[in-house]
Amino acid sequence: MNNTNELSTLAQLNSDAKARIVAVAGEGAIARRLLEMGVTPGARVRVVKTAPFGDPIEVKVRNSHLAIRRQEAGAILVESES
Amino acid sequence: MQNAQSTVKNQITIALAGNPNAGKTTLFNALTGMRQKVANYPGVTVERKIGVWRVSDAKTATLVDLPGLYSLDAASLDEEIARNVLTGKADGSLNAPDVIVAVVDSTNLDRNLYLVTQLLEFKIPVVVALTMIDRAERDETRIDEKKLSKLLGVPVVGVVASERRGLDELSRKVIEVVGTKQTINLPFENFVRRAANGNGHKNILERYNWISDVVQESVESDKPETRSFSEKIDGVLTHRVFGLVILTAILLVVFQTIFSWATLPMDLLDQGFGALGDATRNALPAGLLTDLLVDGVIAGVGGVLVFLPQIIALFFFISILEDTGYMARAAFLLDRLMRGVGLHGRAFVPLLSSFACAIPGIMATRTIENRRDRLATIMIAPLMSCSARLPVYTLMIAAFFTGQYVFGFLSLGALLILAMYLLGIVTAIAVAFVLKRTILKAPAPPLVLELPPYRAPNLKNVFFNVFQNSWQFVKRAGTIILAISIVLWALTTFPRIESANESSSAAGSSSQQIIHGEHDKEKTTNGEQQTPDETAEEAAKQSAQLQNSFAGRLGHFIEPVIEPLGFDWKMGVALIASFAAREVLVSTLSIIYNVGRETEADSDSLISAVRNAKRADGSAAWTPLTALTMMVFFVLACQCMSTVAVVRRETNSWAWTAFMVAYMTVLAYVAAFLTFQIGRLLGF
Repeated sequence: MNNTNELSTLAQLNSDAKARIVAVAGEGAIARRLLEMGVTPGARVRVVKTAPFGDPIEVKVRNSHLAIRRQEAGAILVESES
Repeated sequence: MQNAQSTVKNQITIALAGNPNAGKTTLFNALTGMRQKVANYPGVTVERKIGVWRVSDAKTATLVDLPGLYSLDAASLDEEIARNVLTGKADGSLNAPDVIVAVVDSTNLDRNLYLVTQLLEFKIPVVVALTMIDRAERDETRIDEKKLSKLLGVPVVGVVASERRGLDELSRKVIEVVGTKQTINLPFENFVRRAANGNGHKNILERYNWISDVVQESVESDKPETRSFSEKIDGVLTHRVFGLVILTAILLVVFQTIFSWATLPMDLLDQGFGALGDATRNALPAGLLTDLLVDGVIAGVGGVLVFLPQIIALFFFISILEDTGYMARAAFLLDRLMRGVGLHGRAFVPLLSSFACAIPGIMATRTIENRRDRLATIMIAPLMSCSARLPVYTLMIAAFFTGQYVFGFLSLGALLILAMYLLGIVTAIAVAFVLKRTILKAPAPPLVLELPPYRAPNLKNVFFNVFQNSWQFVKRAGTIILAISIVLWALTTFPRIESANESSSAAGSSSQQIIHGEHDKEKTTNGEQQTPDETAEEAAKQSAQLQNSFAGRLGHFIEPVIEPLGFDWKMGVALIASFAAREVLVSTLSIIYNVGRETEADSDSLISAVRNAKRADGSAAWTPLTALTMMVFFVLACQCMSTVAVVRRETNSWAWTAFMVAYMTVLAYVAAFLTFQIGRLLGF
């Protein structure tokens, strides 16, 4: 069981993993877009699944399901929760 | 919309804003009904939707549907247009709105309220329309509308647009707030353009913090954190393996249905236009004007309108798939694949449709928000071998590649057709790749695709969608295509051969057969049966007429250019004519080779005429290599005036349209050149 509060990126989480967002790295359009869509520090996120070919990944954040590219998910720092 | 207001004293303008998938379109349709108009904002490809909303017995309002947005702040065209509309700068005829109706999805409050925090800054009174409250109720989420209203400082009205619930209250609140001032003080700064400074992030977080507080105070939710119904369905539909399989199956079913549903109406339309042409010819005195009407207008425009059933069917299915939410899943499944070749995930439906006909395919690219991705898709859509190319392939194969087998059992003809399709696909991928790295180069816009909950399609939305798109197609047929049809008719009719004819219509009808020949088999323009001698004489006359026309002379003129491709001037004439519509190659060839009115690609007389055709020096005009070269040319060339017209409209740019025609022509020429010359070198 995953019981430590480790820091990782959203891209590194497995399906069904739950986490809390710690930070969204980057200053550019992508980071901004993510923040505007509600992917903000403090928000809880759950990885739903990965698309065929490994990209994009589907996550649930603030009551909506979003598909995010793996590359962008790599900029989202999260803290796992079980 | 100005004329609609002239009888009403108070004219107010209302802007409708909200997230995509929040129910904005459903609300717009419920409020305006049939009184809506779709166009483009001047000079851009952003759709402008305006309707008339009867807010009270005495007042009607102009309702402007803004593009679905998550934020007003991004740099793309949609956001810019929205900001302009809100400040009254979008369009000369559109005033700044008196009221903003902010559509907020009650099952997704946080993110929807983000846009509202931006809307509140425009100093325009806002009324929040809380949609999908029926779904929120089902989810056991209770929203205290009064409290929410107090916290936001604006009226909040719960609505279920599809049931017309809450619409009266919404109208009342809208009228109440006209002319009032914003009273609430928002605890964050006005948003600054992203380019200005990097404080943007802090601002966003402040807003979300405020939103969290607001939501916490006004919403009570008993919903346990379980997988929703939609998520369970997605367990299958976006499964890593089965997802793609199911997608393929669904697409196959859709396209198969479109083909079978559309075939009957298309045939009927085809016959209908033919009958209309005959009737007109019989009703009017013989002469040039009649010819123009029948051969130019009816034949040309009819030839394009014939596609209407296919277009209606395609848009019907796209609408349904979009409305249920499945399209987002399909984009999710295919994104990686499409990105690999430089295309957007949502490009797959337009490209797939283009295998039937590029026209609805190109119109379907509207679902691609990013302009560059959309342009790239439009540029390559015509490379998907459309159904109009099939008659050409069929004729070439029937003439030179029948009865031959590879490895003893694979028909060479079928393999060649497959090869042509593959050539189109491979070229399309290559072109997209190059375009995205050069002219259309842009950092891939972040994919944050929302997967909305599945829901039953709203038939009213579907109806409006299909109607609006199809109507635009018809309008285009009535304008640009009409113009081009007339020009083409003139090119193949003038100059006339002023020799002794029993009726000038006989010679003039050469162009009719070119475009619409199937209906005239073995009949004179009067509808009587002809003797074989009369038929042959008629055919010879038409051939002479065609050769003498501008089109014929052009054929001679371009002969030196097409000679390296192995083509002679007669093929040149056919090529010129087929730039209007590809199938026209077959009928033009049949006239040139004195076969007359035969236009079926598998007609024996045409096939043998092609085989036996001779050049000026007596050598065979066509060889298997020439036939292959012709096919290669047809895969890549842009030979469809209707497509050109559609591209012009969808891109709103002559430059891009010209670019597409140019690059395809160059590609076609080069490929045909290589095919022929290398073939020669190899001894074919």
